Formats: sequence, structure tokens, C-alpha cells
Amino acid sequence: MSLDKATVSRIARLARIRVADEDLERLGNELSNILGWVEQLNEVNTDDVPPLTSVVEMQIPQRRDAVTDGAYRDKVLGNAPESEEGFFVVPKVVE
Amino acid sequence: MIEGATGRWEIVIGLEVHAQVVSEAKLFSGASTAFGAEPNAQVSFVDAAMPGMLPVINETCVEQAVRTGLGLNAEINRHSVFDRKNYFYPDLPPNYQISQYKQPVVGEGMVTVDLEDGSVCEVGIERLHLEQDAGKSLHDQHPDATYVDLNRAGVALMEIVSKPDLRNADQAGAYIRKLRAILRYLGTCDGNMEQGSLRCDVNVSVRKPGESLGTRCEIKNVNSVRFVQQAIDYEARRQVDILEEGGEIEQETRLFDAERGVTRSMRSKEEAHDYRYFPDPDLLPLVLSEDYIEAIRADLPELPDQKKTRFVESLGLSEYDAGVLVTEKEVADFFERVADGRDAKTASNWVTGDLFGRLNDAGQGIAESPVSPENLGGLIDLMADGTLSGRLAKEVFDEMFTSGRPASAIVEERDLKQVSDTGEIESLVDTVISDNADKVEEYKAGKDKLFGFFVGQVMKASQGKANPKVVNDILREKLG
Amino acid sequence: MADLTHFTLSEARDGLRARDFSARELTEAHNAAIERARPLNAMALETAEHALSMADTADQRIAKGDGGLLEGVPLAIKDLFCTDGFRTTAGSHILDTFVPPYESTVTANLWREGAVMLGKANMDEFAMGSSNETSYFGPVENPWRRPGDNRPIVPGGSSGGSASIVAARAALAATGTDTGGSIRQPASFTGLVGLKPTYGRCSRWGIIAFASSLDQAGPLTRTVRDAAIMLSAMSGHDPKDSTSANLPVPNFEAVLGGDVKGLRVGIPSEYRMDGLPAEIDALWQQGIRWLEDAGAETREVDLPHTKYALPAYYIVAPAEASSNLARYDGVRYGLRVEGDDLIDMYERTRAEGFGAEVQRRVMIGTYVLSAGYYDAYYLQAQKVRTLIARDFQTAFEGVDVLLTPTAPSEAFATGDKSDDPIAMYFNDVFTVPASMAGLPGISVPAGLSQAGLPLGLQLIGKAFDEEMVLRVAEALEDAAEFNAEPDTWWETST
Ligand SMILES: [Mg+2]
Ligand SMILES: [Zn+2]
Repeated sequence: MSLDKATVSRIARLARIRVADEDLERLGNELSNILGWVEQLNEVNTDDVPPLTSVVEMQIPQRRDAVTDGAYRDKVLGNAPESEEGFFVVPKVVE
Repeated sequence: MIEGATGRWEIVIGLEVHAQVVSEAKLFSGASTAFGAEPNAQVSFVDAAMPGMLPVINETCVEQAVRTGLGLNAEINRHSVFDRKNYFYPDLPPNYQISQYKQPVVGEGMVTVDLEDGSVCEVGIERLHLEQDAGKSLHDQHPDATYVDLNRAGVALMEIVSKPDLRNADQAGAYIRKLRAILRYLGTCDGNMEQGSLRCDVNVSVRKPGESLGTRCEIKNVNSVRFVQQAIDYEARRQVDILEEGGEIEQETRLFDAERGVTRSMRSKEEAHDYRYFPDPDLLPLVLSEDYIEAIRADLPELPDQKKTRFVESLGLSEYDAGVLVTEKEVADFFERVADGRDAKTASNWVTGDLFGRLNDAGQGIAESPVSPENLGGLIDLMADGTLSGRLAKEVFDEMFTSGRPASAIVEERDLKQVSDTGEIESLVDTVISDNADKVEEYKAGKDKLFGFFVGQVMKASQGKANPKVVNDILREKLG
Repeated sequence: MADLTHFTLSEARDGLRARDFSARELTEAHNAAIERARPLNAMALETAEHALSMADTADQRIAKGDGGLLEGVPLAIKDLFCTDGFRTTAGSHILDTFVPPYESTVTANLWREGAVMLGKANMDEFAMGSSNETSYFGPVENPWRRPGDNRPIVPGGSSGGSASIVAARAALAATGTDTGGSIRQPASFTGLVGLKPTYGRCSRWGIIAFASSLDQAGPLTRTVRDAAIMLSAMSGHDPKDSTSANLPVPNFEAVLGGDVKGLRVGIPSEYRMDGLPAEIDALWQQGIRWLEDAGAETREVDLPHTKYALPAYYIVAPAEASSNLARYDGVRYGLRVEGDDLIDMYERTRAEGFGAEVQRRVMIGTYVLSAGYYDAYYLQAQKVRTLIARDFQTAFEGVDVLLTPTAPSEAFATGDKSDDPIAMYFNDVFTVPASMAGLPGISVPAGLSQAGLPLGLQLIGKAFDEEMVLRVAEALEDAAEFNAEPDTWWETST
């Protein structure tokens, strides 16, 4: 497994991490090494083996439908890099 | 069907309806779902995806999804899984949406849709899954910033996906209305499209009849039935034009511009989406027992189709009237209260006739009706016991609609009580006969048509209050 | 007063109850020790003032006779646990201004039991690392050094700050978290007891997530008894965590003081790996003899999929992390680096906010989940995980507990493995399999390497059978009589 620059660039884009062009190759090699190593899993015959869904054998717990949380806007916004009039503020999104 | 330069084109439409679940709290947090709060006032740390926060599912939301599935005659999956759908967007705080992908809680179902022309079409349901709503981005508050309000973030939605069984805008509209009626009957979604409780993603493609499916475009987040229909018509025409010019349809997400009545490509389409779905490790699979499902099934209310059948078969209403009455749960409820202990046809005529007429003129819905079902019932009772003639009843109804007062009060106040006392009417008849001796002669000579004249004279003399049946009987007797 | 820092947790607890010294005195001694230990860079935040006020409250409660399990006991808290009003960073630049307005369930449980917070312990960024070299706040040093050698030694990771500060006798115990070995391996590297409970035993609510299906909180302590006390205080059902087990919390301390006669101890043959240093194998054999001498029965067991646990882990954990860490985007908290537009802001924020190892794992995780690769990587890894869990189930049909080395080496020098991710990943080769199966594991200090550095042995138990793990760990501890302490070179370094 060897990741070309275009693939690394696509992955970085999906992960929303800026990677400079000159770093793509180095990063590609690093990722390729790791992927090459994990590919030994292909040796394992997993026909008819279900994927593990949870290590705990239990039922999903369900909450009662009641308002028990929220209503603390100041705390929600307290760490925001930018907020105004009770909103989070981000650079303009164009749809 | 669209008539193009190269022949007829068939439109193929599938709808993904996002219906907000009726619940007090959000799907995975205890924050309120109430509409209209101050920005970010109903946001928990979970909804804001603060570090270390974890989801816990709301049992009512699960129950509502199952109830809806049963109402759509659908398969309820005993084992379903919550997945993360990963994409970055500022109103999606964790930058993943908890949704259901490969194993939704509800599988295939079927909705029967009545069309305007009296025909019926069956629309397949592909699936229904539970997922979280996103927050709201406001793009027009600031010239170069977007404001984000997370009050909606995490509210439970049911995404109801239809099969591509719809063929024109009318069918699509009728399907949405029917789906909305079912949800309202079930009490699982309030169906309020203006507040965004019901939103549609519309998938449209075109093909020559008999050919395989064409490339589809998805029009996102259309929030009224009329807009859905406009969007379909516009989009289908757009696709036909492209194809007839030898072009190809690009699979993409589009927006409906309600002001211009057109669909347009979303700029963000340049982003190749790769949602990287995987089971949410913070949640366990949702396993539903047979008992649980059966308990919900046993508790289902009567749904529009069942109600319509009962109105026709037990109450003797016409298919048409029954269909009109069951379209909206509020109307059906109103009608049933009017008809309670009364003649169903009469009740139906008043509701679908006079009441709908006045409400339409006033631009009001049944919920705002100034005439309560009890008062309308009271009016019908006054007709049945002979207190009011049909003509008087209409007069009284008009005043009821204006004032909201009960019929009996209006009758009392205006002394509109119908006169059925034979002695009183007899003396009026005698006066009319003696005042019109010439006409009596003509009548007796065979001019039968004059009978109506005598009735009119007697009614006039009674200021309209005489019971017309009694007047008829006495006149016939006296004129021989 | 320096002596006050050399108690075990249980001794300090008993001394507090007997009013031999006050919580304030004990806390002052530890605050001072933490200050002296600054050369270790083990703390991301010191909260000395707050510690004193907590200690005063504890003294009042002790005076009234209603103290909790840990009343007045000063602890360090890994900086992955959100602490209300105290900066919590996960060792990352992207969170270096983040002050949570809420308290994690585990730490809330500790405060309920009267514990005192000395501060937040440094750690590998987002718990990704096995040497504590990936922290934005700089590497943590191990208080241990090779005798006659000044080169800094890593404390292991990711709970390296927690391990280092407890080993330096500047906190009586610390919380850690373990995803693939992040409590056990640093315990082994610093001569401590490190316990990773069964997945679901401790609530994950309020702990910054790395890999949700693997993360578990647990204690780093100087003795097995201390680990038992800490676990009783930390654990318990939490309705805010859907994966929290709804089980009563045993009094873990009560299982101690017994023996291991007749217990069956499994020795997994697959852990006898090529290239395992002879001294580690020798220590393992020694451990087997200790337990046999104490009356336990040992036998070989097979865990055939052991060698696949590490590569499977390095698919599952980064996959979950890539999604868990998507929330660090500069919108609601933490670092924001302005850009030309929203996406540019995201990309600059995350490029600057995350260190190299975190970026690497996020990208690996993104890749293995992406269209066309999911089945080959993520799904296959989760299937292998099922096989690993089945291996353990089968093995536990015949034994009560498993004995293995904790780590394949002693602590290494800072910088030794930081250029080779895969070599670094092999640190967790013996701890990851139990993590993949959600099982409890403990590392017990068992001896010193030829170079004079601590080495641990690991015990792995059945799900929710921490009591068995602790029982056998105590037997191992008694036999090993590990009581070496590092030289206090840091005290004189300034
Ligand atoms: Mg959709
Ligand atoms: Zn959806």
C-alpha cells in the first residue's frame, strides 16, 4: 500500500487538516508504512465472523423524555473563540 | 409526463421527508425541543459537542419512530444500529450526525394516497430511521459572518424515505399531505411545515417511458407542499431540456429558490462527500422486543384510512365526503363531535358545506373555527326538533360564525323560533285565503303552480317563522 | 514534613482518620513536592490553592467523622478528565485555553469521596502516545534514570504525567486513562501499579474521548491496595454514559489480604514473542514461580489471534479518533486560526492545533473509514476483534486470570523511538489485546532491569472480575517485594 500525493491530499481535505504540498510525500510515506503494516490483518480468515459491536453485553439504556438539561447559554458560549448576540460566529458560509 | 421535442418523458420522484419527532427533550440530550427560544438557550453540553460529552437515547423518540413505522404499515426492525455520518459543518457541532445507515429502526412499508381525480396510488416506503437535526446557520445577520444557533441541534428527526414511486407533482403533493395526516393522527410529528417540523428532500430524475432510471438530482430542504411541486416541475423540465440538447445530468444536490421558482446547484457541491459511516461506539445497538412492539401496536389510534372506511360503512357517508373529512385529524375530530348522537350525513353536510365555506372565505383552519362542534351540533338539534327551518338555520349559522355564540341564544334573542302551532298557522292561512279569493279560484280551476304563492304568502305573514311543513299541510287541506 | 509524601495512599488515609496529621498538612507537603518536581514537566496545571481549600473541607469532614473513602487524600488528575473551572487540555494546543464548565463523572466521584486535587497531569496529546513525548506542553520525564546516566528517560504514555508524579512521590495516586495500554505501560515504566478496569466499569462522561470503544479510566498507585481503594471511588454506574455497566461497585479493598491457593493462572504462549528481551522473559518466568509458590496453579493457554491485536487496534482506534476529534474545529471552544473562509479556518486550526502524531492518526482513521476502504480495514479489524474476544473467552473457561509481561521493554530514553511510529506502537503489544476485548488488566511492579529501571508484570482478568485481578496482583506484589524508589535528582536540579 502506497499512498500517492493526491490521495493524501484528499484524506487531509476530508479530515480538514491543512497539509502543505511539500509535506504530502513525506506524510504519504508515513501513512503508507502504517497501512502496510496493518494489512497483515488480511491473513485472518473472518468468513462468518461478525464484527464486534460492543465489548459490553448489555442493552442500550434509554432516558425518560424530560427536559433536564440546557438553558445555560453563557456556559455553552463561554469558551467560544467568537460569539455575538447569543450566537456562535464563524466565517461566512456560502451555500 | 412531460412533452418534449423528442417525445414524452416520464418523471420519477422519490421523497425523503424529515419529520421532527414530538418529544419534550432531544434525541440524545435532556435539552428542550420547544420552538422559538432565544438563540442557544436550549443547548446542552452534549448538543454543543463539548469535549467528553456522551449521548443517551430518549425512549419516547424510539417509541415514536416505532409507532410511525406501524402507522406506515412497515416492518419494525428488531435490531437497529446508530451510525455516525461524518462531515464538517458549523451547525453540526461534533461534525458528525448520529443517524442510522445500514440498519434503520423501520424497514419497508406502504402508504395509500388518494388523488384529486378520485384515483388511488400506492407509494412504497423504503425505510424510516432516527437521526439528529442540525442547528441553524443564519447567513444574513452579518455581511461576512455566519451566525450559528444550536437550539435545533440534536432534536429527533424521523427520516422517511419513499421509493421512487411518484410520477408527478400532484402525486408528490398528495403523498406529503397523506404522510402528514398519518403523522398527526399518530401524534408523532406536528407536521408544521412553516416551523420546519416537516421538510422534504426531493429526488427527481426523468426517463423515456420503459427505460431504466435516469441520473437524479436531490433538491434539499423544501419546506412547503407548493414549493415541492414547483421544484419538481422546474427540475424535471430543466433535466429534459438538458437531455434533449444532448447533455448529461450531473448527480448533485440542489436548492429550491422559492422567490424565483427555480432550483440551483449548491456551491458546496465541489466537496466530494464521503461520509465515512461507522457504528457509533458511544451507543449500543437498539434491540426491540416483540412485546414492546405489540404494546405500541395495540395502542395505535384509528388512522385516516380506517376512519374513512368507518365513516362510509357505519355512518353512511359518501366516499368523497368521508375522504374530505379524514384528510385532517382536526377536521375528523371536529366532525365526530358534531355527529355524536346526531344524523351523520347532516353533520357532514354542515361541516363540509357551510362551515368549510365560511372558514375558507375567512382564510381560517378548523382549529380557529368560531363555531365549536358543540354549537354546530346544537344548531342541528334545533332543526331536528323543528325549532328552526333550514332557511332560519342558515341565518343563525351565519350569526354563530360571526359572534361565536350558541344557536339557542341567537334564536332566543331574535325570537326566531319556528312557529309550528297549527292554530296560529291556520289563522294565517285563513287570512291569506280570504285576502286572495281570486287566486283561490284560479288554483281550484287547475292552476296548481299557485300553491307556492300561497305558501310564500303565509311564510311572509309569519315573518318566516312558520314551519313550512305545517303550512303545506294546512294549505293543502284548506284549498282542497 | 517531606515524610508525608512517602506514605502509600492507604497509610495516608489511615493516618488522616487517626488524626496523625491533617489533610492540610498532607496537601501542603504534596503541593511543595509538586513544585520541586517541576523539572519532570509532569503537570499541565498546578492547583495548589484549590487543593488547600479542598483539604480544609476534608479536615472538617474528618473532624465530624463523616469522611469518604479518600477523604483528604491528594491526587493528580490526568488532563483528559474535564474539571469544572480548571483548564483541561488533553495535552493539545487545540484545547490549551479550554475551561470546562462541567466535571467528569470519575473526578466528581473522587471529590465526593473527599479526595483533593493537586493539579492536572501532563499526557500524550489526546492520549495518543506511549512515551509522553507528544504533549503540546513538552515531554514528561520519568523520575527514574539509569544509574550513572543523566539521559532523560520516558515515563511511558499516554498517562505519563500521572505516572511520573506518583512515582516522584508528589501525589499519593493519580487518575489515568487506558485505551491500548496508557495506564499499564507507564506504570511498568515507573515502578507503579496501574489498573485498567473492565470497559464500562468507570464512566467515560467528561473524559475527552480518544477511542470510545476502548477508553477506560483507572488509577496509578504505589500499591495494589491503593489501586483497589481508588477503583472503588472512581467506578460506578453512570446514566450519562450509555456504555456504563449497571453493576454495583464492590468494595475492592475487601478482597485483599487473602491468598491465591488453588487459583488457575493462564500463561498465554503467544506472548512469548520473537525479540522479547531475555530479562523480561526471565521476569515473567519469575512471576510464574512466585504465583506457584503462593499456591496457584499455572498452565499454558492459547490466544491464537494475539499478533493481530495491535494492527487491528491501529485501525479501530484511529478510526474512532478521526470522528471523535472532528469537533475540534475552532467554532465552539479552543484554538481558532483565522483563514480565508470557513474551510480554510478549519484546516488551519486543525493543522496548527494538532501535533504530528494526532494528525497522523486522524488521517489513518479517515482513510480506513473512507469509501472503498471501510470493508477491507475497519470492518475486517472489528471482525478480528471478535476473534480476539473469543480467544479470551475460551481461555477463561480454564483459568481465572492470565499472567503476561506488561511491556516488551524497559523505559527508553527520550527521543529513542519518536521517529518510528510502528516501533513506538509495539510498546502496547501486550496491553492492547485485553483492551480490544474490554477486559481488566493490571500492571504490578516486579523488579528492576539490568539497567536499573522498573519492570512490570500484567494480570488480565475476566470482564468485571477486577476482584480476581486485584487478589492475584497482591500475591505478585507480596512476592516481588518491589520497594525501589528513584533517586530524587529533580529536587536538586534547580
Ligand atoms: Mg437524506
Ligand atoms: Zn436525514
